[in-house]
Amino acid sequence: MKTFVGIDLGSTTTKAVLLDENEQVLGRGITNSRSNYDTACRVAGQEAAIDARFALIQREFGAGQGDDAQTAEFFAALERAFRLEQFLEQLNDLEQTCLDQVKGDRFEKVADGVKQALAEVFRQLRDEAPTMFAPGATRKSDFFRDIAGSRYLAVAEDVARDASLAYELLLNVYDKSIIAVENRPPSDALGEKFKWALARATSEGAELDREFHEKVQWALDIELEETYLVGTGYGRVTLPFSKEHIRSEILCHGLGAHMMYPKTRTVLDIGGQDTKGIQVDASGIVENFQMNDRCAAGCGRYLGYIADEMNMGLHELGPLAMKSGKPARINSTCTVFAGAELRDRLALGEKREDILAGLHRAIILRAMSIISRSGGISDEFTFTGGVAKNDAAVRELKQLVKENYGEVTINIDPDSIYTGALGGAEFARRAAEGRIEGVEA
Amino acid sequence: MKTTTSPGNSSDVLKDASMLKQKEMMAKHYDRLTNAEANGDKVVSTFVPGNLNELIMCFDLVNNLPEVNAIQSGLRRKSGAYVMEAEKAGHSEDVCTYVKSDIGMMAKGNIGPNGSKLPDPDVLLLSYTGCFTFMKWFELLREQYKCETIFLQTPYMADGKITPNMIQYMVKQLKEDVIPKLERVSGVKFDIDRLREYLKKSAEAEDDLVYILQSAKNKPSPIDAYFGGIYYIGPIFGAFRGTDDAIEYYRFLREEVDQRIAAGLGPVTPDGPMDEEKYRLVVEGPPNYTNFRQFWKMFYEEGAVVVASSYTKVGGTYDFGFRHDPDRPLETLAEYCLGVYTNRSLPMRVEMLTNYVNEYEADGLLINSIKSCNSFSAGQLLIMREVEKRTGKPAAFVETDLVDPRYFSAANVKNRLESYFQMIEQKRGGVKKEAAA
Repeated sequence: MKTFVGIDLGSTTTKAVLLDENEQVLGRGITNSRSNYDTACRVAGQEAAIDARFALIQREFGAGQGDDAQTAEFFAALERAFRLEQFLEQLNDLEQTCLDQVKGDRFEKVADGVKQALAEVFRQLRDEAPTMFAPGATRKSDFFRDIAGSRYLAVAEDVARDASLAYELLLNVYDKSIIAVENRPPSDALGEKFKWALARATSEGAELDREFHEKVQWALDIELEETYLVGTGYGRVTLPFSKEHIRSEILCHGLGAHMMYPKTRTVLDIGGQDTKGIQVDASGIVENFQMNDRCAAGCGRYLGYIADEMNMGLHELGPLAMKSGKPARINSTCTVFAGAELRDRLALGEKREDILAGLHRAIILRAMSIISRSGGISDEFTFTGGVAKNDAAVRELKQLVKENYGEVTINIDPDSIYTGALGGAEFARRAAEGRIEGVEA
Repeated sequence: MKTTTSPGNSSDVLKDASMLKQKEMMAKHYDRLTNAEANGDKVVSTFVPGNLNELIMCFDLVNNLPEVNAIQSGLRRKSGAYVMEAEKAGHSEDVCTYVKSDIGMMAKGNIGPNGSKLPDPDVLLLSYTGCFTFMKWFELLREQYKCETIFLQTPYMADGKITPNMIQYMVKQLKEDVIPKLERVSGVKFDIDRLREYLKKSAEAEDDLVYILQSAKNKPSPIDAYFGGIYYIGPIFGAFRGTDDAIEYYRFLREEVDQRIAAGLGPVTPDGPMDEEKYRLVVEGPPNYTNFRQFWKMFYEEGAVVVASSYTKVGGTYDFGFRHDPDRPLETLAEYCLGVYTNRSLPMRVEMLTNYVNEYEADGLLINSIKSCNSFSAGQLLIMREVEKRTGKPAAFVETDLVDPRYFSAANVKNRLESYFQMIEQKRGGVKKEAAA
C-alpha cells in the first residue's frame, strides 16, 4: 500500500509520521536527535513503520473486533515481544562494540578479566531483559541509551566488585561504545523480528485459533511502499534528500494542527529551541507567524537545563510545579542564566515548587508575547510541541489565554509532539498527488 | 561595458563599469580623508540621513561619515571586536551598534578601511533627522574631540507634510548658525553660486538614481533594490552628491540597467546573474552588514528579488519628485533633510510601503527588524499589519542587527525566510484554486 512520510527533525527529538492514502495516520515514531540527523531520521522512520505494522494488524481485526480482552492482551504481548527483540538486538551490538574497545596499553594486563566481566554483565542484562518488557513493567524511557545505560552501570559495578576489577575500566568501554551503537539503528529486518515476536507472544499468551494467526500474518505481509517523503524541522537542511522534499516547519505545524483540529486558527508550538506563534486560515494555510530570535530563552531546552540543575527528570518538573500554591515572580527566561536564577531563588529560601511554577509562568508569558506579535489568539487555539505535555505549562497557558482573550477553545492533542511531522506527511501526500505549488510530484 | 577583475581574484566575477567606478571613488575618498592632515584639509563628521554634502563642499571640507565607517567595519568583519570594545568601555548591549562600532574603532586607533588612521574631525555637523541616537552619538564625539559642534534641527513630519514654517525655521538656522560656523571653521567664505552649481549636479545624478530604482518595476527586475540598492545609494547618500563623479557613476549604472532590461535579465548577485525571478518583495528596514552576502544568498538562492525598499530612502526620498533645486538653494537643503525616510511619520511610512507593494507588483512585505535600531524598529509590527491589510499580500518579519555579528542567527533567519517564500507559494496556490473554481 502507498504511504506518505513526514519527518520532523527537531533540535531535541526527531519525529516521523506515516499517512495512508485516506489521510489516516498509520504510524508514529520518535527518537532523540542526538545531533545526528541522519540516524535520527532513520530511527524515527523505522519506529513509525513498526507502529504502522501494529496499526495494520489492529485494522485487520476491524473496529470493535479487537476490543475484547483476549485480543487486546495479545496485541500488548506482541508489542512487548517486539520491543524486547529490538532491545536484545541492540544489546548484542553493544556487547560486541564494548569487546572491540578492549585493546591498547590500558588493557594490556587486564584484557581477559575485562572481557570476562563484560560477558557476565551482558549475560545478566539479557537475563533480566524480559522482566523489563513484562506486562505492567514501567520503563523510564523507550530510548535504548536510557534503558540499557542505567542497567549497565548498575550491573557493571557489582560485577567489577566481585571480580576485583576497576569499575572505571567497564565504564570506559561503555562510554566509548554507546554513542556508536546509538548511531546504528536496529536492522531493517522488521519482518523477521515480527515473526519472532509473534512466536513469543503466542507461546506466552492464550490459545489462538488458526484464523487469528492468519489475520496477523496477512497484516504483516502487506507491503508498505514509501511513496513520498517530506522533511521539516531544525535539521531539515542536513537531510539527505532534495529541496522539493523539504518544507518549512512553520507551514508543517500550521497544516498539522489544522488536520488534528480543523477549526484551528492560532497555533502555539513550543519546541526545544523555538517558540512559534502561527495564524492559519480555514484550510490550514499559514497567514502569519512570529518566532523567537536567536535567543532560545523560554523554550523547551530551558526546562531541560532547569531539570539538570535540579537533578530531576524533565517530566518531573510539571508535576512538582503543580504543587505550588504561590508561584514565584520570575522575569528572566534566559537559558544561559537559568542555573543562576534557580540557585539565587533557592538561596533566598523560596520553595522548589514555587520557583518551578514561576518558571513555567515565565515561559508561557514569553510565548504569549510571541503569539500577540503574530496577531493574537483566535478561536480555536491549538498548543503543540514537547512543552504541551507539561501540565504546569498548560495550566499557566489556559489562565493567561482566558485573561487576555476570553473564552477560547484550547486544543492539546496527546500526540501533539507529532504535529510538524503530520503536516509534513500531508504535504508529502499532496505532493504525490501533484497538488503543491513549487513541488513536483 | 564589462571587464573582468584583476588577476589574483580567484572568482571569475564580472565587474560592471559602475562597480569599478564606485570602488575607485571610495578608495580616493578614503585616501583624501586619511591624508587630510598632511594636505591641510579640514574634516567634517556628519551623518548619512539628510546630509548637507553640497554645503559642505562649499567650504572645501572633507566629509567623514561615521555610519559608513561602521558599515565598512561590518562588511570587513571588524565590527564584532569594536562593538565589544565599546561594551567594555561601558556602553550597554542595547546601544546602536553603529555607535559602538565607531567608539570601539576609535579606541583601537581609528584605522579606516584603507588601513590608515582616520583624521580627527574639525567640526561635527548634525542635521538631525528622525534618529535620537545621532544626538547622543555626537555628544560622545564632542567629548572625545572637543571640536565645534553644529546642530541643525529638523522638525519631524508628524502631521505628514512639510509646512512653510518648517522650511523657514531650517533656513534661518542655516543662515544664522550653520553657515557662519562652517565659515569660521574652514576659513572659506560662503558662495551661494557655488552651492547652486553643486545642487544642479546633484539633481542630474538624482534623476538617474530614480530611474535605476524604478527600473525594478520591470519583470524580471533588472536590479535588486535592497542588496544591490545599498551599493547604488552609496554615492548619492555619501560624500559624492553634487560631484561629477556621482553623475558619471549613475550614468554608467543607468546604461547597465538599460542593457539588462533590453536583454530581459535579472539582477547581478555575488554568484553571477539570477536565473529566475520567483518572488518579488518589498523590504523595510536596514540590512545586516556582518553577514551581508550570506543574507543576500538566502534570497537569490530561492529566486527572491527585492523590488523596492525603504532603506534606499534613508538618506533622502526622491519618489515624490523631490530633486535638489539650484533656484532655491537653502530651501531645497531643508526639504531634503525633512524628507528623509525615518523623519516621516508612521502613517507616511505605511502609505509608502503599501504603494511600493502595489506599484512594483510585489508578492508582499518583508521586515528586517534591527535589534539595536530604535528609529527603524519602533512601530514595525504595526506597519506590517497595516500593509498586509491594505494590500492583501502576506508579510513576514526577520530579526538581525546592523554590525553586531552576535545577533545574526543564520538558521533562524533562513527558517523564517523559507517559511515566508513557501507561504507566498501556498497563497498563490489558494488563489489559483479559487480562480479555477
